[in-house]
Amino acid sequence: MPLKQAITGAEAIAYAMKQINPDVVAAYPITPQTPVVEYFAKYVADGVVDTEMIPVESEHSAMSSVVGAAAAGARSFTATASVGLALMHEIVFIAASLRLPIVMAVANRALSGPINIHCDHSDAMAERDSGWIQLWAENAQEAYDFSVMAYRIAEHPDVRLPVMVNFDGFIISHGVEVVETLDDEVVKNFVGKPIRMNQLLDTSHPVTYGPLDLYDYYFEHKRSQIEAMKYVPRVFKQVAEEFAKISGRKYDLVDEFMVDNAEYIMVALGSTAGTIKHTIKELRAEGKKVGLVKPWVFRPFIKSEYQRILNARKGVVVLDRAASFGAEAPLYEAVKSALYEVAVRPQMGSYVYGLGGRDITPDQIKQAFEDAFKGNLIADEERYLGLRE
Amino acid sequence: MPLNAIELAKLFHDKNPGMTQGHRMCPGCAAPNVVRFALMTAIAKGYEPIVGSATGCLEVSTTIYPYTAWNVPFIHNAFENVAATISGVETAYRALLKRGELDKDKKYAFFAFGGDGGTYDIGLQSLSGAVERGHKFIYIVYDNEGYMNTGNQRSGATPTGSDTTTAPVGKRLPGKVQLKKNLVDIMAFHENVYVATVSIADPMDFMKKIEKALEFDGPSFIAAYSPCVRFWRVADNQAVDISKLAIETLYWPLYEVERGVYRVTKKVSNSKPIVEYIKAQGRFKPMLSRPDAEEIINELQEYVNRRYERLLALEEATKDKPIR
Amino acid sequence: MPELKGWKELPMGGLIVEPGNARQYKTGTWRVIRPVYQAENCIHCMQCWLYCPDQAIAVEIVDGKPKVKGYNYYYCKGCGLCANVCPKSIDPKTKQPAPEDKRAIVMKPETDFAEE
Repeated sequence: MPLKQAITGAEAIAYAMKQINPDVVAAYPITPQTPVVEYFAKYVADGVVDTEMIPVESEHSAMSSVVGAAAAGARSFTATASVGLALMHEIVFIAASLRLPIVMAVANRALSGPINIHCDHSDAMAERDSGWIQLWAENAQEAYDFSVMAYRIAEHPDVRLPVMVNFDGFIISHGVEVVETLDDEVVKNFVGKPIRMNQLLDTSHPVTYGPLDLYDYYFEHKRSQIEAMKYVPRVFKQVAEEFAKISGRKYDLVDEFMVDNAEYIMVALGSTAGTIKHTIKELRAEGKKVGLVKPWVFRPFIKSEYQRILNARKGVVVLDRAASFGAEAPLYEAVKSALYEVAVRPQMGSYVYGLGGRDITPDQIKQAFEDAFKGNLIADEERYLGLRE
Repeated sequence: MPLNAIELAKLFHDKNPGMTQGHRMCPGCAAPNVVRFALMTAIAKGYEPIVGSATGCLEVSTTIYPYTAWNVPFIHNAFENVAATISGVETAYRALLKRGELDKDKKYAFFAFGGDGGTYDIGLQSLSGAVERGHKFIYIVYDNEGYMNTGNQRSGATPTGSDTTTAPVGKRLPGKVQLKKNLVDIMAFHENVYVATVSIADPMDFMKKIEKALEFDGPSFIAAYSPCVRFWRVADNQAVDISKLAIETLYWPLYEVERGVYRVTKKVSNSKPIVEYIKAQGRFKPMLSRPDAEEIINELQEYVNRRYERLLALEEATKDKPIR
Repeated sequence: MPELKGWKELPMGGLIVEPGNARQYKTGTWRVIRPVYQAENCIHCMQCWLYCPDQAIAVEIVDGKPKVKGYNYYYCKGCGLCANVCPKSIDPKTKQPAPEDKRAIVMKPETDFAEE
């Protein structure tokens, strides 16, 4: 029987990992990911799981040891946030290039300068080119569900790529919500035994990981990695379908909310989608035809989804909780580039909000929609919600 | 007891000890011998080695795609994290063993090789963390006293007066001004560890220490003197001669520290003057023509003398008194 | 040099799955001087075999004892470490380099030898 628990997003993820009982966990504490590690450490200390936990001395070593463990054949997990993710940046790329099925939970928090511990998406955005699959949760339930699904995607023989489960720092990590967790047995059967390949511990098939490529092979290796991403949509949908059967919750590459006859559609990642959905219901009651597209899978970025849904709409407004200095905001840039090829291009507007944990309110969201209703959208202009001018 | 050359030849005459021929290290490089001595000992004792290497001469020359000179499992991750990577491999071993996925009679030996660059400098954090956590692995630093793979840049392990590209001997500065970092004692002070200096000039001592490391219930750190014939500017065939001279001039004392107990494993009476060691290598030649050359040589002589006496004193003071 | 493979033919993740295939690589082309083995003077102490960085010394077991057979010139880089550590390279009485005819290993220029 699924159990409804009032828990934080961090506890939900730790709970999922408890049920999965991975072989190795290596993590370094950083606000606001710390509770994930703390809850899991308690499970280990109490013998609730028999995972081997490595109390590493930095995030760089957390990712390095998880790479070593996964290469040895162990199902491995780590978690981090913000500057911790930035510190492991070098190894994040290496993990994907070695095609290791690692799962990492990231409690999205602003990157430093100045140091800020609150929610924004700059940390994961800085890793968008890393080759990791990126899933984005809107709430603690989705954070739990993606954690349960992650190894099935990562370890699939057609994929073999690491998966990053993004969940908003403090908002999801520390906010208490009602989460429906599945039975231990159900999760165990769904996730199944690890699919181990090219194990270092298999001394009868010695393998060399991480060779030196000169200019004669690097390009081909990267092309091969590019190809792997192309299998993710099919595998994700397969896993999501199976997951729907055991949970009743259906996931897809994007979450479409009231898009059917929407004239104006907002695109946003993460927990803000919850506030947007609430705002959309209010606007709909006023007769406005509005909807939301929320990417569940941000990497790979499947252009065809956005082309299919956003074609011929009157206006598309993209909200970004991260900026790219000197260029367009990351989600906006991706959506806009996808819409280059649609038959009827909608008007587009870019809104950066919520940096460093700045709150985003329904009124501010309505403000963005108002711009769209008035036809006051300038595709090349970046606007800001909630900023003091 | 370690096997001598005859016994080793009997065992390995027809098989590669983890590393094969066809690697691209310079002719006369000491690093392949450091690796071979370590792996031959492990394999002879019935262990199956799993090797990690930091970026550097060894890693780059043995794994140029599509060739690998390793016939044991090998992983290269990045420059500064071989200790963290092997921590992960060793932990995976314990996890999978516990879950019945591995043959419990199989003895694995986890080796992490790093150059002095990837160990003394950028790799110090991950090495210290791995040793503090107590993983059962053997870290071997092949100390060639500089970033040699990239053309002789100065590292924390470079000796004073040595000419390197980033601390060259010039009109104003005499090459590297700092003395060599004493990483061996830094690692010894992690306490729950077996630490030793080794040299290819004394193979029996080398292999005995590897045997000890294999049996030690915890992490081991082995500092192997590894002459770079290229950038120390000596002839290709000099690796063993320079290694011998380093021991005889007290430059590279052979000692071990086991949980805080010091033992000088090779006592040197009638040591040779350090100036002999310095004059034998071309990397010190630019410094020798400077007016302060004598001062630099004297400082080094003082240091090696004092260090040797200190080691003997530590041996006395810590005899039978392990700290852990 | 083997033919360069296209991206579809490569094992995933940049892995090299053929252990020790560096053995295919002929490092012997690096040589400018070559060690010549003079078996009549060899005492089979195995020091050269122990120290050869490229494992280029062929050894066989005869009556349970290892005996040097000769050099594997496919790999020998001509560093001369073998000749240097060979005990027969030094005259035991004078401690000076032994005359060539008394040594077990003599280094000669590679140009003295025909292309194999």
